[in-house]
Amino acid sequence: MNSNFDRTLSSDDVLRRRSTLLQRLHIDGPLLLLLLTLGAVGLFILWSAGGKHWGLLFKQATSFGIGLLAMTVIAQIEPRLMARWAPLAYGMGVLLLLAVEFFGYTAMGATRWINIPGVIRFQPSEFMKLLMPITIAWYLSGRSLPPSFKHLAIALALIGVPFVLILKQPDLGTAMLVLASGAFVLYIGGLRWWWIGGVIAAAVPTAVAMWYFVLHDYQKQRVLTFLDPESDPLGTGWNIIQSKAAIGSGGVFGKGWLFGTQSHLDFLPESHTDFIIAVLSEEFGMVGVCLLLLVYLLLIARGLVITVQAQTLFGKLLAGSITLTFFVYVFVNIGMVSGLLPVVGVPLPFISYGGTSLVTLMSGFGILMAIHTHRKWIAQV
Amino acid sequence: MPQPIQLKDHERDARLVRSRAVVGAIFVLLLTGVLVARMYFLQVIQYEHHSTLAENNRIHVQPLPPTRGLIYDRNGVIIADNRPSFSLTVSRERAGDWPQVLDSVVEVLGLGEEERALFEKRLRQGRRPFEPVPILFELSEEQIARIAVNQFRLPGVDVVAQLVRHYPQGEHFAHSVGYVGRINERELKQLDPVDYSGTHHIGKTGTEKFYEDLLHGQVGYEEVETNARGRVLRVLKHTDPVPGKDITLHLDLKLQEAAEAALAGRRGAIIALEPATGGVLAMVSQPSYNPNLFVTGIGFKEYAALRDSIDRPLYNRVLRGLYPPGSTIKPQVALAGLDAGVINAASRVYDPGFYQLPGNTHKYRNWNRSGDGWVSLDLALARSNDTYFYDLAIKLGIDRLHHYMSAFGLGQRVSLDLFEEASGLMPSREWKRVNRRQGWYPGETVITGIGQGYMLTTPLQLAQATALIASRGQWRRPRLLKDADGMTPEQLVARELLEADETPPNIVAKDPRYWDQVTHGMVEVVHGERGTARKIGLGSPYRIAGKSGTAQVVAIRQGERYDRNKVRERHRDHALFVAFAPADDPKIAVAVMVENGESGSGVAGPVAKQVLDAWLLDEQGRLKAEFALPQTAEVPREQ
Repeated sequence: MNSNFDRTLSSDDVLRRRSTLLQRLHIDGPLLLLLLTLGAVGLFILWSAGGKHWGLLFKQATSFGIGLLAMTVIAQIEPRLMARWAPLAYGMGVLLLLAVEFFGYTAMGATRWINIPGVIRFQPSEFMKLLMPITIAWYLSGRSLPPSFKHLAIALALIGVPFVLILKQPDLGTAMLVLASGAFVLYIGGLRWWWIGGVIAAAVPTAVAMWYFVLHDYQKQRVLTFLDPESDPLGTGWNIIQSKAAIGSGGVFGKGWLFGTQSHLDFLPESHTDFIIAVLSEEFGMVGVCLLLLVYLLLIARGLVITVQAQTLFGKLLAGSITLTFFVYVFVNIGMVSGLLPVVGVPLPFISYGGTSLVTLMSGFGILMAIHTHRKWIAQV
Repeated sequence: MPQPIQLKDHERDARLVRSRAVVGAIFVLLLTGVLVARMYFLQVIQYEHHSTLAENNRIHVQPLPPTRGLIYDRNGVIIADNRPSFSLTVSRERAGDWPQVLDSVVEVLGLGEEERALFEKRLRQGRRPFEPVPILFELSEEQIARIAVNQFRLPGVDVVAQLVRHYPQGEHFAHSVGYVGRINERELKQLDPVDYSGTHHIGKTGTEKFYEDLLHGQVGYEEVETNARGRVLRVLKHTDPVPGKDITLHLDLKLQEAAEAALAGRRGAIIALEPATGGVLAMVSQPSYNPNLFVTGIGFKEYAALRDSIDRPLYNRVLRGLYPPGSTIKPQVALAGLDAGVINAASRVYDPGFYQLPGNTHKYRNWNRSGDGWVSLDLALARSNDTYFYDLAIKLGIDRLHHYMSAFGLGQRVSLDLFEEASGLMPSREWKRVNRRQGWYPGETVITGIGQGYMLTTPLQLAQATALIASRGQWRRPRLLKDADGMTPEQLVARELLEADETPPNIVAKDPRYWDQVTHGMVEVVHGERGTARKIGLGSPYRIAGKSGTAQVVAIRQGERYDRNKVRERHRDHALFVAFAPADDPKIAVAVMVENGESGSGVAGPVAKQVLDAWLLDEQGRLKAEFALPQTAEVPREQ
């Protein structure tokens, strides 16, 4: 390969010489291609779901651009650097969440924002979605695997604090995603199967006991409505009844782009945000949904390949967690819209309207790219 | 044994991660399979079902409003019930060009531009697609017929039967039970949109407002399939609404009527409490108004007439009327003096007809200018001697006065469930410093002793302070609610249907005989030879403990100066009287305020007596058996 021995080559030299533009930018080609595909599909669906609204489309496209930029910038950061700053960033994140708890800005019945009037308003829980896997990966990568009971306990505490703070806002969807991103690091890190089984085995009788001895009738009613939204057809159940009708009426091939009826007659609330998959299902049918799922699966496959190929343990844990958490988005969103799962506010990645989640997701993929492209060319026999 | 040093085994870690990634991938594939299966189920197996539903948007969810709970008095007489009434509803989506349809409605019913604007406003408040929004209530037979005949040109317009609130007792309970009215936009924002999706009325004042949560109930729903014109073809799913709870109040219609009759058309307020429970037995604020006017929306002219009437029928004198309590708080001041040890039942004060602060020439007059001579506690209460209480107030000082009067509930809201009660004012040094930016003067303490000066109380507070003497300091906060669906307020609190409230601490006298001494003084007011209200005690089959008082009316406003007759009448003193009976086993405590009645003992006293009679006596004028005590019982005297 390197026939020129006139001077000593550093590994960086080797890299540079073989690199294309994408590689120099630390961008992973397959991932980029899939992300661009999803972004385009998202805008396409949004045009229909948002009622052919240029402003909406433009804002979403801008967010996608910002997301790409964030992804590119993050891809330049060495994963080692991320690990080094993880504890500090985590601490700051928790402080911000505490600030929300005490001085937070309240809108729509939830206190999620930090608002500095005239300057900025942001949602610290959004940062936690990325800080959480980085922190847990940093913590576990320094220990021997699989994690011992002590390390597991500390990791669980690290996950628990932000989880509870976000849950209290209340923001069940984000809290669950943060919990999942931390838990997936533990899982990738080889958390023993019988511990996982033990937690599940313990949760079931606890829940049953709570049901019979702790919860009041009205609390039980709330849980039941949450688990079975269709029992509350004037509230959340309304969305589910309508979204099921929208999905079901799409059939195999769908009614065609812009020809959905349910979503266009104000029947489907939130049709361009959390419930957008109903629009896609109605207009493109089962074929459309399966194609979308295929793109998601390819994205996840690429993420898992990056996980396995990562050179450092930190990289492996982090990449695995980000990839699996991404799947949680997809599964929970489609599951809830199609009436399989309770309604929690989780957007459909890249398709649902909303800038914040888009930028966070793209940043996550930026981390994946950083892990994959900052490689040390040693011992690769 | 030395532990082997653990080295990180990178190869082993990589294998571990790889196996976990593989298992993860399998799970991802399995769960994706679940999603695909779900889509297959919805889009292929249930395709026919869903596509028919979606085809004409034929599936609708209709809320079924719960029936509002009824309100009864303590004997089961209905105070508020629901009556069927026909309303005109419009569904915007089904109407198509709905402004056009509104024009037709206005034309068919022969209404004007004003009504049309109102209809349009109501229609714009519609919340759910295809929801029929009521735009006109209480349709007449003729209106229903006109709509029916013209139905073909009125798409989306329906006549529906609804239950509408009705108050069969009319004006009697307007100030206590209140009324319901249409939900306005401000309320709409605060309400649970689901629970109120079928409801168009909400409690606006009084019990109706305070117990809205109990009375409203829970919404039900019906999932229906309709044809393209919106007619219901089939009910797919049905859940009954949960009706609101029926509420029983402590109020007694007969006592209420008797109390109103006792006022004999004069303006004023009466409140009767049951000392043992705090239950409000009667609550009169005269003049009153007909709450039924407000239910489906009162006309502007009618409302203006009520609002602008010089008699102020909308003004709740019992809860919002603030008056200087005058001599009616002398029993409480006396108890404070006894408990603080500055007087005892035997100590006397000489009354030359006025009181002077040491080193000050200003004379604080007794109402009886010639003076009552040597006055003891009994006589001071019976004669309502001002000099004695000027002296007592100075002995107590404003700080102790404020402490004791606050313990009796003055200057604070005392009731548990009376809507929008005013808190009144019990002045203190602190209050004056903050609000007037001035120090407290001894002269102000002097007049506070006879309930004048800054003090302001509601008739409710006077009744409660009197009931506290009757119950010897045991606090029972006044409340209307007796039970809801057979559950007592305590049970409701235990089930989290009602919020728990704090009860102020009981007033514990250092010697329980102090209560007897004060009560005895109050009995002397009515039954003593020199009592100010001895006329009402004549021939009474039971003993009454009472106290009269007068409240001065504020200064004449400039604009009213020339209408001398009217000004004079409206600016006479208000007559006050508080009482409880039977004195040795109190069953009822009342406070009476007669606006511009001038004489507490002469005007308010007889009113109070009639209220007590109505509660305690049977038709033959004898004490009811349930209230009778063994004949030997006597008011204990101090030895």
